[in-house]
Amino acid sequence: MDADTNGSAEVSDGSGPDRRRRVHGMLKLYYGLNEEGNPDEQPMSLDPCDINGPHFDPEHFLNKLRRECSLAELMDQETCMVKQIRSLDSDMQTLVYENYNKFISATDTIRKMKNDFKKMEDEMDCLSANMAAITDFSARITGTLQDQHAQITKLSGVHTLLRKLQFLFELPARLNKCLELQAYAQAVRSHRHARCVLQQYSHLPSFKGIQDDCHAIMDKLAQELRQKFRDGGSSAKDLSECVELLLQLDEPAEELCDKFLSHARSRLESDLQGLEAEIRPYPSAAKEASARRLSSAAALAVAGSPSHGSPNTSAVPSPTLNTDILEFIDRGCNEFVSSLCLVITSYQELFVNHAQPGELASKSIAQMASGKLQAFVDDLAARYFSLVERRIQEEKGVADNSLLVRALDRFHRRLQAVAKLLPGSAVQSKGTEIVIRAATERVKQYLSALQSFYMDSLTDVRQALATPRLSVAGAAAAGGGALLGGPASGRDAPGSLPELLSSLSASILNQIKAVLASVHLFTAKDITFSNKPYFKGEFCSQGVRESLVVNFIKFVCQSSRQFCESAGEKGGSTPPALLLLLSRLCLDYETSTISYILTLTDEQFLVQHHSPVTPVTTLCAEAREAAQKLLNHYVKVQGLIISQMLRKSVETRDWVNTIEPRNVRAVMKRVVEDTTSIDVQVGLLYEEGVRKAHSSDSSKRTFSVYSSSRQQARYAASYTPSAPMDTNLLSNIHKLFSERIDIFSSVEFNKVSVMTGIIKISLKTFLECVRLRTFGRYGLQQIQVDCHYLQMYLWRFVSDENLVHFLLDEIVGSSAHRCLDPAPMEQSVIEVICERG
Amino acid sequence: MEDDAPVIYGLEFQARALTAQTAETDAIRFLVGTQSLKFDNQIHIIDFDDENNIINKTVLLHQAGEIWHIGASPADKAVLTTCYNKTSDSRVVSCAAVWRMPCDWETGSHESPDDSAHNPQALELLCHLDNAAHSNTACVLWEPMGDGKRVISLADNHALLWDLQESSTRATVTSTATLEGKGQLKFTSGKWSPHHNCSQLATANDTAIRGWDLRTMSQIYCIENAHGQLVRDLDFNPNRQYYLASCGDDCKVKFWDVRNVQEPVKTLEEHSHWVWSVRYNHSHDQLVLTASSDSRLILSNMVSISSEPFGHLVDDEELSEGEDNHHEDKSKEPLKDSVVSTYEEHEDSVYAAEWSSADPWLFASLSYDGRLVINRVPRALKYRILL
Repeated sequence: MDADTNGSAEVSDGSGPDRRRRVHGMLKLYYGLNEEGNPDEQPMSLDPCDINGPHFDPEHFLNKLRRECSLAELMDQETCMVKQIRSLDSDMQTLVYENYNKFISATDTIRKMKNDFKKMEDEMDCLSANMAAITDFSARITGTLQDQHAQITKLSGVHTLLRKLQFLFELPARLNKCLELQAYAQAVRSHRHARCVLQQYSHLPSFKGIQDDCHAIMDKLAQELRQKFRDGGSSAKDLSECVELLLQLDEPAEELCDKFLSHARSRLESDLQGLEAEIRPYPSAAKEASARRLSSAAALAVAGSPSHGSPNTSAVPSPTLNTDILEFIDRGCNEFVSSLCLVITSYQELFVNHAQPGELASKSIAQMASGKLQAFVDDLAARYFSLVERRIQEEKGVADNSLLVRALDRFHRRLQAVAKLLPGSAVQSKGTEIVIRAATERVKQYLSALQSFYMDSLTDVRQALATPRLSVAGAAAAGGGALLGGPASGRDAPGSLPELLSSLSASILNQIKAVLASVHLFTAKDITFSNKPYFKGEFCSQGVRESLVVNFIKFVCQSSRQFCESAGEKGGSTPPALLLLLSRLCLDYETSTISYILTLTDEQFLVQHHSPVTPVTTLCAEAREAAQKLLNHYVKVQGLIISQMLRKSVETRDWVNTIEPRNVRAVMKRVVEDTTSIDVQVGLLYEEGVRKAHSSDSSKRTFSVYSSSRQQARYAASYTPSAPMDTNLLSNIHKLFSERIDIFSSVEFNKVSVMTGIIKISLKTFLECVRLRTFGRYGLQQIQVDCHYLQMYLWRFVSDENLVHFLLDEIVGSSAHRCLDPAPMEQSVIEVICERG
Repeated sequence: MEDDAPVIYGLEFQARALTAQTAETDAIRFLVGTQSLKFDNQIHIIDFDDENNIINKTVLLHQAGEIWHIGASPADKAVLTTCYNKTSDSRVVSCAAVWRMPCDWETGSHESPDDSAHNPQALELLCHLDNAAHSNTACVLWEPMGDGKRVISLADNHALLWDLQESSTRATVTSTATLEGKGQLKFTSGKWSPHHNCSQLATANDTAIRGWDLRTMSQIYCIENAHGQLVRDLDFNPNRQYYLASCGDDCKVKFWDVRNVQEPVKTLEEHSHWVWSVRYNHSHDQLVLTASSDSRLILSNMVSISSEPFGHLVDDEELSEGEDNHHEDKSKEPLKDSVVSTYEEHEDSVYAAEWSSADPWLFASLSYDGRLVINRVPRALKYRILL
């Protein structure tokens, strides 16, 4: 039984798991757990004994159970199994139940849909039938209307054609009418419309006729236009219209350009001729006028007072040419430049800008046209420029610079318009060149004006020196002139020297300042050309600083030097006082004025020195050199004047047969007087200077005694015939220890040095003259007296009184040597005579 | 290259007159005339021994008076002229005469070279060069390179051309030229041109220089105001016939081309007082000697107006690097007009300077205090000129 039961159990068991497994798999399939499952079970799933695994083998499982388990265990197993099966069954039942309801509702819905679709299908059938009927009707209607439509289309075509034909046929008449009414533009427009058609159908005789007619008319029209164009009376606007029409009529552009330009040229040339007429009266009137102008400027300059310094304040209405330069330039700008601009604009509109883009031909036309324009403008501008330049050159007077600057500014400004219109043209740069040239020319004129001013001032000074004015007396009294005796005032008027110097230097300085101010106008901010690089840089540094200021200073130095070279030979032509004054002027220049002027210039013109400029030191050195030369020359001239007196006095006297001296010779007094007056004169302009300390009683020095003792020694040497070399030993030893005296040497810038120089020259001359004469006893004594007198008065002027002593010693010594009967006078007698005067 | 030191010789008396012995071309010999109012004046014959640097002197007496000018005959060594002052009865007269040295002076001097006590021989008077009409002779000029038969004397405002006859014992005036003009005109100096067949004379009076044609005795040119003041001396360039040097009281030395008398060709202004004498070197006319009362003697090298080619001998490269290499170029750089050297050996005014007639590189100068200095052209310059 067990077996059976077991067997049945087996069967039931066998069928149970099998079925369960299928259900389970289906559920698993349903819930999508197949793959996911339990990954841990995967290794177990291969086990055929795993009841849940996919490879479960009931036979194997059963065998395994039977073999391994006891009955009790089997029983337990069975119960567990049955329990599981039961729970599974109930689970399944629950599921089936749940899903069943859903099935029911779905079935209901499907059924309902089925009914609805049926109704819709019927309606659709009805619709398709209707549509078919409509299509049928429409086809029938179209078929009926076909013929009429074709006819209408044809009729409308014919109508258009007929209208066109009518236009064509009417064209000649219409053109004629336009021609009559001078509505050229309309005519050209009409003709343009018809032209192609006529061209196309020209093989038909009727059209040919029309075309010919049109051609004839248009030719006539073109003729008329050209005539109008050529007449030239018409305005620029008309003209440009003409040109435009002609261009549309396929006139050759080049020819038109030429015609247009030649037409414009004739008008511009008449402008130019008008301008030229203004500068025509050049040779006679202009020269005279400019001369007068110059002289008036010079007159102003000569007046020289600071208030007159500025040339801008010139109140004298300068006799001008026909018009002044501003008017001239104005006229040039308004007439010539503006019409030139107009021409350029209209020309460019017509020929250059007019070209349709993309057309190769028109492009080349534009090129050609602008080339022509360029040449045209350049040509005319050149003529204009030459006129302007001629006019500017006539501006010789330096009286009013602002006028010129304004004129140039206007000129330059107006040219900018041209340049803007014609970007590639050289007009602007050439205009700038003209301005630059005018500016440099102006600077040159200023330089020469300054120079002539300087020379005039010198002439004034010279006159003031030559004619003792009334005012001199007062000035002389103040300036220590009271010291001067009669002879001094007879020679010149040194009392006013410092005044003259200060007024001269002030007026020169003022003049320079005024000129700088005038020139400065060129660089003013509101002047268009002032921002050109030339005016910013070169004009300031090279033009103003170098060629104006530096050149003027150089001129001052140079002209001063010329006084030394040319006039100085005889010492006559240049008054010595002028030399002294100029020397002081140059020295002042060296110490302060030059650097002041240059600083002023640099400040005013903000000079940036791109190119090397003359440094202040060079100019100062030059001025100092000039001052030195002038002062040396002054010394030479004054020395010469005194020397000449001494020389004449020695040469003209018979020294052998002269009488015993009772007086100092008048010439010696004169020498002392002159020396005194020179001393005063120099003292007015130069500082005292240093001198060596005087001995306590210089004037009373026992000079003659000393010299006579020396003479004794000399005679002794001569008396004893000795070997060569020690003849004049004493004299030589004396000279050995005293410094060599350079007679005509450079002097220092102080009074003492100047006086020393003059006295040296005079006394040396005296010495040389004495050596050429032969003296008698009284001749020698006279020389002794004279020398003592000189000694008494001259020592105070020189830096080293020993120099005077030495030279006077030499003179007395030499005259003693040249004396036939050397018997020197008693020192006391000499002193008495000298003190008596 | 060291130059020889100058040789100095002192005279007892003051002196102004100096000349080279023109006819002597072997020995270096100068003649000096003294000025003394109280003693017998002398003529010192200065022989310079170039090799031993020694001076030998011979003294001859010139008793007629103090000598202002001296001239040596170009033909006869022994013949010379002097201009001298004669004082008589408190009157001073300037005269001129032709003298002959005693024939044995040469031997005599050599026997007792330093016997100063030995009684000097006197000059032998040949003839006087003045007559009643013309006195106050300023200077006497021998015909350059002539036969010693013709002299010109300048007396006051007359130029007298003399013919010396019978071995110079008789002189006759063959022609005269007179300076006409306002005031008291007086010739101060003159020079007989060695060019144009010795037919020209140049004279100085006051500030003017005049040229004379001796054949017609008429003036051919005149440089008015040649100097600012008195013209002191003249000299002709020995090689360039139209060139003339002058000096004067304006401290200047001027060089003239007498074909254009408006402007001097060149002016030197190196002296600080009157220039009393100017002399061209006889063979190298770029060397010019000037003497001045500033006690200096200046030797100048006037290359630009000399007869020798100027500026051709210098290569361009030498010119270009002239500045940088100063030391080396000193010997190479082109000769410019320049002062060669200033001689300061004198203590008093130098009134005369002369080139030696025998040695072209040697010259003498005489200052008022009687000091005669013999100098040579610096060797460096000498070699530059020669080589």
